[in-house]
Amino acid sequence: MNLWLIPIFPFLGFLLNGLFGRRLPKALINTFAIGSVTLSFLWVVKTLFALSPLETKYIEHYFTWIQSGSLNIGVDFSVDRLTAVMLLVVTGVGTLIHIYAAGYMDHEGGYYRFFSYLNLFMFFMLVLVLAQNFLLLFVGWEGVGLCSYLLIGFYFLEQFATNAGNKAFIVNRVGDFGFSLAIFLIFRQFGSLDFSRVFDSAKSMPNETSAGILTTICLLLLVGATGKSAQIPLFVWLPDAMAGPTPVSALIHAATMVTAGVYMTTRSAALFTHSPIAMETVAVIGLATAVFAAIIGLTQNDIKKVFAYSTVSQLGYMFVGVGVGAFSAGIFHLMTHAFFKALLFLGAGAVIHGLHGEQDLRHMGGLFKYMKITAITLFCAGLAIAGIPFTSGAASKDLILEAAYHYAPWIYWVGTLTAGLTAFYVWRALFLCFFGEYRGHAHPHESPAVMWAPLAVLAVLSLGGGFINVPNFLEPLYPLHEETEPALVRYLPFAMGFGGIALAYVCYVARPGIADAFTNALSGLYKLFDQIYDAVIVRPLIGLSRAVLWKGVDAGVIDGTVNGIGARSRGIGAILRLLQSGYIRSYAAWVVLGSVLVLIAIGFAGEVR
Amino acid sequence: MQNAVPLSWYLILSAILFGLGVAGFIYRRNIITVFMSIELMLNAVNLSFIAFSYALKRVDGHIFSFFVMVVAAAEAAVGLAIILTVFKNRETLMIDDVSSMKY
Repeated sequence: MNLWLIPIFPFLGFLLNGLFGRRLPKALINTFAIGSVTLSFLWVVKTLFALSPLETKYIEHYFTWIQSGSLNIGVDFSVDRLTAVMLLVVTGVGTLIHIYAAGYMDHEGGYYRFFSYLNLFMFFMLVLVLAQNFLLLFVGWEGVGLCSYLLIGFYFLEQFATNAGNKAFIVNRVGDFGFSLAIFLIFRQFGSLDFSRVFDSAKSMPNETSAGILTTICLLLLVGATGKSAQIPLFVWLPDAMAGPTPVSALIHAATMVTAGVYMTTRSAALFTHSPIAMETVAVIGLATAVFAAIIGLTQNDIKKVFAYSTVSQLGYMFVGVGVGAFSAGIFHLMTHAFFKALLFLGAGAVIHGLHGEQDLRHMGGLFKYMKITAITLFCAGLAIAGIPFTSGAASKDLILEAAYHYAPWIYWVGTLTAGLTAFYVWRALFLCFFGEYRGHAHPHESPAVMWAPLAVLAVLSLGGGFINVPNFLEPLYPLHEETEPALVRYLPFAMGFGGIALAYVCYVARPGIADAFTNALSGLYKLFDQIYDAVIVRPLIGLSRAVLWKGVDAGVIDGTVNGIGARSRGIGAILRLLQSGYIRSYAAWVVLGSVLVLIAIGFAGEVR
Repeated sequence: MQNAVPLSWYLILSAILFGLGVAGFIYRRNIITVFMSIELMLNAVNLSFIAFSYALKRVDGHIFSFFVMVVAAAEAAVGLAIILTVFKNRETLMIDDVSSMKY
């Protein structure tokens, strides 16, 4: 099936634009960037048709990458139904966002650089999704992290952008540290990193009711997932990541990369299901993140920050889904979220583009009459994220909440309340943006077709994506639990969605001003979190680095060793160079002396063999 | 073969020639003489090769000595060219005067 073609197309795009982009006209850069991703998407579709119905896993082995002792790691790609969903989401949404970006980045400098990074991101993301062993997954995992860093810091002349890039990279290192420890432990325990072998041998292990090796592995994997997927306690980088261009926020920090943690956890379901403790931790962390981010989202005035916190919150939902054992519901929500969150971000980008860079909601308002298409598509996304019936978000969020109800009712209640909050703050942003009087000074205009066309496609997907029955499709991998619940449980999330929108309407359109008092009370929360981080992690780390790592290890041991070797070499050389007298006869004398010594040595050592 | 010269005599001769070569190389200052001393050493070695080859009835030593001769010829060509150039530039053949390549 030539699976390798799927990631290689974007990689070629990256090479062409990265190496020659400076000298190429924009049309050609667009052709390479968008064309490569489109080809990749088409190849995915063709492959999936050829492989359907994909009952069993399809694996392709290319070559052995590392062979050392019992460690054998191959470059293997595989496709099963989970991968199929991820591939379609990544390449499908990725293509739309590439098209959009061609319009959005039109006036920006570094056009080719932007697209080469974006293509490189697609390459690594596809490697991550296609990987058939943990190490290859880790390669993709680190690669997307690198691209995320590069693209957050895309406006590298701005201090805040480079700072945000560094923050994202460093926070992710904490998570990756956990992930790599997990990989080491997996190898120690199972003697292999190949998914099939690890999961097959994990299946025969007993469930761990108390903490054991599987629980340790799962918790370390979770540390990795919290870093990449912005969960408590490592979520702080994602809101700052909005310093990057908006298409990047949509593609990397909403639709694809940040869901890698959910994907990885779902992929490792065979490990997680054997460790109830780890599952519960996943669910609780997800729920806490969902609630917390939603509360912070209420107070934000930057339109992208609002959506960033809602991303964190929705990722929390996915983790709840995974944690309560509804893996397929988590992946379903991942997919629908990719549709409506990409749409929200792209729509926000269209608004920002139309207002010449204005991001503050307080300087928007009444934009509906200026940009009708953007507004309508954004409303579609808003309906989906609020969980209004028959939209995509409703279908997936409902599945998660129902599974949560059977796992532990309190998770359901908190989750449902958060659904109301979600509806409220997203619609708060939309109302502030499109209703009321215009409060800014720019001249708003509608975006070009190359930008609103992807919005329209995503709007259709946001509304109708719920009818793609992902859980049913994933049934062979993640069995469904057919259970019934009270009608109240089923319909309450819908009511919360409507309620949230209605409340937002009252607060921000009908009776503006109610919300201000409430807002001021809560805005300290995010700052508080950053301050706790500063005191607990950043300061001690800087102190430790200065005293021990810099002065002790770096200056003392490492520099000492390097400089010492240099100084000794100079000293010995200063003596030895005296041999080089320039007199040929003295050289000859040394040669004779040397050969005599060799002969004597041979004489002492015995006969020559 | 009754009155054949014993192998040890050849080897002693070879050792004497080699020693003369070494001494010449170390004690003589004229570069031409040094060069001849090198040739002397090479031929001393050739002599022992041939002697062994004859005594052991094996052809290897002959082949080796041919190699040595070929290398010596090549070396003589290069060496004499160098000597000529040195003489043109320095107007001397005393090797102790040509000692600028040093620490």
